[in-house]
Amino acid sequence: MSLLDSKVPEGDLAEKWTNHKFDMKLVNPNNKRRFSIIVVGTGLAGASAAASLAELGYKVKAFTHHDSPRRAHSIAAQGGINAAKNYTNDGDSVHRLFYDTIKGGDYRSREANVHRLAEVSVNIIDQATAQGVPFAREYGGLLDNRSFGGAQVSRTFYARGQTGQQLLLGAYSALMRQVGLGTIDLYPRQEMLEVVKKDDEACGIVVRDLVSGEVSSHSAHAVVLATGGYGNVYFLSTNAMMCNVTAAWRAHREGAFFANPCYTQIHPTCIPASDDFQCKLTLMSESLRNDGRIWVPTATDDQRPAGDIPESERDYYLERKYPAFGNLVPRDVASRNAKTVVDEGRGIGPLKNGVFLDFAEATARDGEDAIRSKYGNLFDMYERITGENPYERPMRIYPATHYTMGGLWVDYHLMTTVPGLYALGEANFSDHGANRLGASALMQGLADGYFVLPYTIGNFLAPRLGQDPVSTSDPVFARAEAAVEDRTKKWLSTKGTKSVDHYHRELGKMVWDGIGMARNRAGLEQALSDIPELEKEFHANVIVPGSAATLNQSLEKAGRVDDFFGLAKLMARDALEREESCGGHFRDEHQTEEGEAKRDDENFSHVAAWEFNGPDTAQTRHREELEFENVELTQRSYK
Amino acid sequence: MSNSMNLTLKVWRQDGPSENGRFETYEAHGISEDASFLEMLDIVNERLTEDGKDPITFESDCREGICGTCGVMINGRAHGPQFGTATCQLHMRKFADGDEIVIEPWRATSFPIVRDLAVDRSPLDAIIASGGYISVNTGAGPDANLIPIPKEVSDTAMDAAACIGCGACVAACPNSAAQLFTAAKVMHLNLLPQGQSERWTRTEAMVETMEEFFGSCTNHGECHAACPKEISLDFIAWMNKDYIKSKVKNRKLASQT
Ligand SMILES: Cc1cc2nc3c(=O)[nH]c(=O)nc-3n(C[C@H](O)[C@H](O)[C@H](O)COP(=O)(O)OP(=O)(O)OC[C@H]3O[C@@H](n4cnc5c(N)ncnc54)[C@H](O)[C@@H]3O)c2cc1C
Ligand code: FES
Repeated sequence: MSLLDSKVPEGDLAEKWTNHKFDMKLVNPNNKRRFSIIVVGTGLAGASAAASLAELGYKVKAFTHHDSPRRAHSIAAQGGINAAKNYTNDGDSVHRLFYDTIKGGDYRSREANVHRLAEVSVNIIDQATAQGVPFAREYGGLLDNRSFGGAQVSRTFYARGQTGQQLLLGAYSALMRQVGLGTIDLYPRQEMLEVVKKDDEACGIVVRDLVSGEVSSHSAHAVVLATGGYGNVYFLSTNAMMCNVTAAWRAHREGAFFANPCYTQIHPTCIPASDDFQCKLTLMSESLRNDGRIWVPTATDDQRPAGDIPESERDYYLERKYPAFGNLVPRDVASRNAKTVVDEGRGIGPLKNGVFLDFAEATARDGEDAIRSKYGNLFDMYERITGENPYERPMRIYPATHYTMGGLWVDYHLMTTVPGLYALGEANFSDHGANRLGASALMQGLADGYFVLPYTIGNFLAPRLGQDPVSTSDPVFARAEAAVEDRTKKWLSTKGTKSVDHYHRELGKMVWDGIGMARNRAGLEQALSDIPELEKEFHANVIVPGSAATLNQSLEKAGRVDDFFGLAKLMARDALEREESCGGHFRDEHQTEEGEAKRDDENFSHVAAWEFNGPDTAQTRHREELEFENVELTQRSYK
Repeated sequence: MSNSMNLTLKVWRQDGPSENGRFETYEAHGISEDASFLEMLDIVNERLTEDGKDPITFESDCREGICGTCGVMINGRAHGPQFGTATCQLHMRKFADGDEIVIEPWRATSFPIVRDLAVDRSPLDAIIASGGYISVNTGAGPDANLIPIPKEVSDTAMDAAACIGCGACVAACPNSAAQLFTAAKVMHLNLLPQGQSERWTRTEAMVETMEEFFGSCTNHGECHAACPKEISLDFIAWMNKDYIKSKVKNRKLASQT
């Protein structure tokens, strides 16, 4: 039998969650205060979980490595959040949102989890609205919806271009209310560097105070990680600078299986890098593809300004290859095609690393005012960054890493393979399969934190009533603290010649080249031989100036980049073993005659979850078979 | 093609909260005009690091002008010369070859310096903890469309809610007042029907917590000029009105019990 028990309840898909809520053990309201819970991360998933748990009466300690909970990367989400409210009367339902998410994930997610997500999506909107999240409204005063990411119904709620900000401020206000009431102890600027276990169960964490450098231990009855995604393994991504894999990776090293690390999402419309010094890419909303036409010159190395290239010498390649969907094909298809034309030498811009997104036709058709009213702030942002006026010349865009579907393996309760250790939000692998639909990450993070974990954690805690948390004077904590101190000393004493950023940038290039938008055996094997070489050099030659007793950003980054090295190797192995193309994972060897992704349902309809076997031994790949009882597996086609 | 420029930076360096600070001068050569201001600092830092020197500590995260983590004084102006633009969104093409640029941390006693250009803005969180929320436990909210909210009201609440909590308003204010931040947070909730039950207690608590930490507002308006989200001064006027009213309302409520 597989080691992995997903704990999906029996019964009809639509009844599972309801019945399970009844079947799970409860902690009596008066007893909740006898349990303490550590929540690491205060993004959408962590803040919503910490607030909800504290409201229930649990004693919560919340940690973030930011200076304030409100800074988490969730704040940057622009587009919106899905929910099956069907306020627009256009045929949406829980079942349709479930179905779209399963299909969008290219049939690589768990039916039961996705259905639950669709069910609770409606509660999220109610909760956020009650908190005062100013979602966009119609003139009648009711909530407005738009269609997003190619969905055939309008189910996306949004707050201007700042949906993530507003949802996070809502969750953060709930969190701060509990901080004010004394039910949550908040620990900002504390980086979690170890998960601690006793008798194979999670019992606490070790953190480093980023300002004083002090290393300390915290224990609790359960530990929740809501520490976000690992897109920064590519160095260049749309993720915020502080996003990292460290918390998840440290948990992995303590026995939490890491699932589907090769599933990463590349967003098609970002501003191309302008030089080597760049460390962050900026996303331009996908909505631009509704009116913009994507093209490159027919000839290679054509450096004429766009306006000088006649129609006959332009290749509107998406419209040509996908007449039905045209510029609106899904993210992975749009991204891969951009890579193909750039690789052919037809890229545009000073570094020949982009494609045009052209609004000339839409402007001629609708007028500049109409374009301005729809996309004004996006155009302004583009101009601020590039110094080019997109009303006069086409935008330049190129795909960039945006989201990671892989993460810590969790069961239906959101518990990892380490009892008492939970993972929420982008940090887990749960609901998006091999590809995430637009506006679904915010939904998942908040579903996990507000409406799933507060129920499932009781089932774990109830039988432990009367047990004290493990004391932080237990040797398990001393050992973990020593490990942290040792690593710190090692970084500070290496005294090589190259900065941490240098190695991060080099690693990112290798990951992008080998495990980027399209992968193949040779490239993955190359990555698997190059990355360990670079890692060795990093360990021998990095320079981390300063001391451990002050705010030391180089030191923080050294630990994070080290963990990215471990993750990058696992990503390559995972991509190599998955001999099929699905969602964001495209293997050149596995495509249809038309060049589309070809799944292999017979052999790969499973989750790959990797078990850590010590620093010098390769991880073991385990499988969780996916069973589809409610949807029929089909091949996607956008022709 | 992008032009490159040579700049002289005068940067505030301070090793820790209780250490003495000093200005240090750095030559930043060969900076592309397409670089952002923070990328320019990244380049300087990489050079410092590889020379074995301590890089300049400055904070940033999203680099998209939304998280509020970044923020320094550039030639005496919070977030630098471009109106409505956070430090991370400022680009070097706004400067000229040969410029000298003075870079300092937010200057306010309520924001103690942590190191170099990084400061501690936790008093802003304390203001929120004192009342910057609507008390609704998870699961207790009614259907989201139960209460229609006129679009204008919701849009104005959103204008206030757009505040990113960077603290530039405090840094720009001659009195280090936090009125613009607090007003944005108070009025976002006070404008909405959901926020009415706690309107008066919220206003009183938040204003008084603000006063514990920050100076008083004397209507200079420097805060608005520095705000990367262009938050309107009107919110301060509204908050002041609500605060005066809250003094009466809260007393009345108390005497009723
Ligand atoms: C530019 C952009 C736009 C997006 N737009 C959308 C959108 O329109 N719709 C949508 O649904 N999704 C969108 N997404 C995706 C979505 O924003 C994220 O997936 C989601 O917000 C992640 O939330 P989270 O709570 O899991 O993690 P995060 O918000 O990343 O929070 C992680 C938290 O963990 C803390 N942390 C991390 N490591 C440690 C550690 N070691 N110790 C202590 N604390 C730690 C951090 O301080 C932070 O508080 C977008 C993403 C990007 C990059
Ligand atoms: S870094 Fe986020 S606002 Fe500047």
